[in-house]
Amino acid sequence: MPVSVSTPVPVPSHRKLVKKLIAVVALSFAFGFAMVPLYDAFCYVTGLNGKTAGGAQTGIFGLGGLRSRAAKTPPSSIDMSRVVTVEFTGTVMPGLPWEMVPLTPSLDLHPGELHQAKFRVQNLSDKTIVGQAIPSITPGLAAQHFEKIDCFCFAQQTLAPGETKELPLTFIVKPEVDKDIRTITLAYAFFNVDDTKSVNKDQVSR
Amino acid sequence: MNTTTINGAAAHHDHDHDHAPAGIMRWLTSTNHKDIGTLYLWFSLFMFFFAGALAMVIRAELFQPGLQLLQPNVFNQLTTMHGLIMIFGAIMPALVGFANWQVPLMIGASDMAFPRLNNWSFWLLPAAGTLLIASFFVPGGAIAGGWTMYPPLFMQGGIAYDMSILAVHILGISSIMGAINIITTILNMRAPGMTLMKMPLFVWTWLITAYLLVAVMPVLACAITMLLTDRHFGTHFFDAAGGGDPIMFQHIFWFFGHPEVYIMILPSFGIVSTVIPTFARKPLFGYVSMVYAVASIAFLSFIVWAHHMFTTGMPVAGQLFFMYATMLIAIPTGIKVFNWVATLWRGSISFETPMLFSLAFVFLFTIGGFSGLVLALVPVDIQLQDTYYVVAHFHYVLFSGSAMSIMAGVYYWLPKWTGHMYDEKLGKLHFWLTTIAFNVTFFPMHFLGLAGMPRRIPDYSLQFTDFNKIASLGGFLLGASQLLFLYVVIKCVRGGEPAGNRPWDGADSLEWTQTSPPPYHSFVTPPLVK
Ligand code: HEM
Ligand SMILES: [Cu+2]
Repeated sequence: MPVSVSTPVPVPSHRKLVKKLIAVVALSFAFGFAMVPLYDAFCYVTGLNGKTAGGAQTGIFGLGGLRSRAAKTPPSSIDMSRVVTVEFTGTVMPGLPWEMVPLTPSLDLHPGELHQAKFRVQNLSDKTIVGQAIPSITPGLAAQHFEKIDCFCFAQQTLAPGETKELPLTFIVKPEVDKDIRTITLAYAFFNVDDTKSVNKDQVSR
Repeated sequence: MNTTTINGAAAHHDHDHDHAPAGIMRWLTSTNHKDIGTLYLWFSLFMFFFAGALAMVIRAELFQPGLQLLQPNVFNQLTTMHGLIMIFGAIMPALVGFANWQVPLMIGASDMAFPRLNNWSFWLLPAAGTLLIASFFVPGGAIAGGWTMYPPLFMQGGIAYDMSILAVHILGISSIMGAINIITTILNMRAPGMTLMKMPLFVWTWLITAYLLVAVMPVLACAITMLLTDRHFGTHFFDAAGGGDPIMFQHIFWFFGHPEVYIMILPSFGIVSTVIPTFARKPLFGYVSMVYAVASIAFLSFIVWAHHMFTTGMPVAGQLFFMYATMLIAIPTGIKVFNWVATLWRGSISFETPMLFSLAFVFLFTIGGFSGLVLALVPVDIQLQDTYYVVAHFHYVLFSGSAMSIMAGVYYWLPKWTGHMYDEKLGKLHFWLTTIAFNVTFFPMHFLGLAGMPRRIPDYSLQFTDFNKIASLGGFLLGASQLLFLYVVIKCVRGGEPAGNRPWDGADSLEWTQTSPPPYHSFVTPPLVK
């Protein structure tokens, strides 16, 4: 049962505690931003976010050196024992009056083989427009074994009014790709470069 | 020398120098934890009704298939703002209101550690609330991409998106200040003799919740700051066209988001753990295990976030990790449910309104926990993600969990706060209407989700009509019943049978040694806890 006392009780210092708590707040704020390079590094190592190896990219987070990776020479062996299906899709983002159609909807291949796929893009407007394709691979784990030898996404594409272009992609699915992966989807999203803010205009993607 | 504060009037006399100004200035400038607690509670009640009204319109639109009342974009604004306001404007401020009123009273402190900070924490809320409500009226209307604010959709909206980011920033700052205040109060201002392991469980749950707030609100602030800079300052954190990754937003958001759901439920655990022993007239079973259970839930909440992201294309190892980690939370949660039931075992139970709400909490929250477990199973979640099953799950944990525990707490402490007993008959009526209407509204949503009805869509295929009609009718009743709640509260504030110091004979924490209502300055000399 509580009874009251009249003697003052020693009060622990608020200031010390508050300093610690503010430090925690600052740390977790820093951690939130640190998640960006951490995520980038993690994804670079594992390929989890579906970005492919090959091609060069300087990241905007100062991780350019870490992220850029040159395409390697074709691997020596072809794994004839299994077949992997590669599917292609293309999307045009809002703000880009283009049309994009995969001419090769899907390919069955043996890991290690060199293959080419083609997309057709058409400028539906009466202006010359520059676009940039951003690839993404599903499942993410396949990305690091998906080697692009050459890709239209390595550079920006310029289409004159009404112009139609065929865009090629040369790639190898490396034999190291996980045995459980039987289908890989490569999705491209075309963006209008003029919409994308100036900072990254000259950036190419992998 | 006995307790200093038996007589409220006398206490007022002794402390004339820090007497509150009268009228509106009293509330604007108050640094008194009771005043501020009251403000928090009224604010959240207002937001509860505002966001509830949005839900009524949502249910009206979903009463039958086809578009009746709303354009899809407006419908999306309503679901988004309903969620955002209920979470940040209703549930969280209500729980902070409880902390303000109860923490000092329960640990025998005279006030919060930083009374002026406390005043700021509160008065930031109406500013943020006004911004959120005003965002409905700007060109393009309010935000419509879901309360989770996922890019790329969130990048594309108008000025309302920036207003909402600002509002959430303000709410976050308010929460962080409140949390710092609460932690300092609990750690530094307990009455002599009250060791940590003698603290009422409600205080424990708030201590841990406040730590969660301090740890994750800044992460939310990061996420929305990045959204803002992506929108206006040319960064590409989440913009795929510039080398960013929208999925990264989900990781950052849910690193905040999952602990956030526990921020909303842990203080509720505390309320229920206070009410059940009172009306079972037995001490809480397994106090120590309750404390450890809350702490381990808080810890585990940091390593389960990706269970919201099973369909984003995670590798199997990641899915397995997050699945098992999520299921692990069921263990401490199960311990808590077990302890509540064990507290009831052989108790002399009586069924006053707070007890009814608490018992319903135990039962219905457990249902919500089970549907959470179902969703934690990766193959199942891949089917159920973004269906009404998820909506059913989080309403069972958030309405019958957080909101109903808040109602339990309001009925439990209203006599202490106002000095009057509430109308028990009307309280019970409110309970039964709420519980029945709640289940009529949300139980069918499990079936809708299992049958594949997607969430956040204003229209649906014909086969979902029957369950949607039932849910809508239940929803209207649920909404209307809350008007009764408002009436009971106002009636009790205005008058009623005097409550006496300790209206509940099973209650034994420190606040019941004070008068009802407690004097403006309670525990001016700290009590000694043995
Ligand atoms: C046993 C405990 C719990 C488990 C295992 C669990 C599990 C899950 C899972 C797996 C999801 C993701 C569903 C999906 O989007 O496909 C989810 C969603 C959700 N849970 Fe829980 N949960 C639990 C407790 C809680 C509690 C206590 C709360 C809040 C008080 C809560 C609030 C939510 C909310 C708000 C969502 C939906 C978020 C959104 O997408 O808008 N859950 N839960
Ligand atoms: Cu979660």
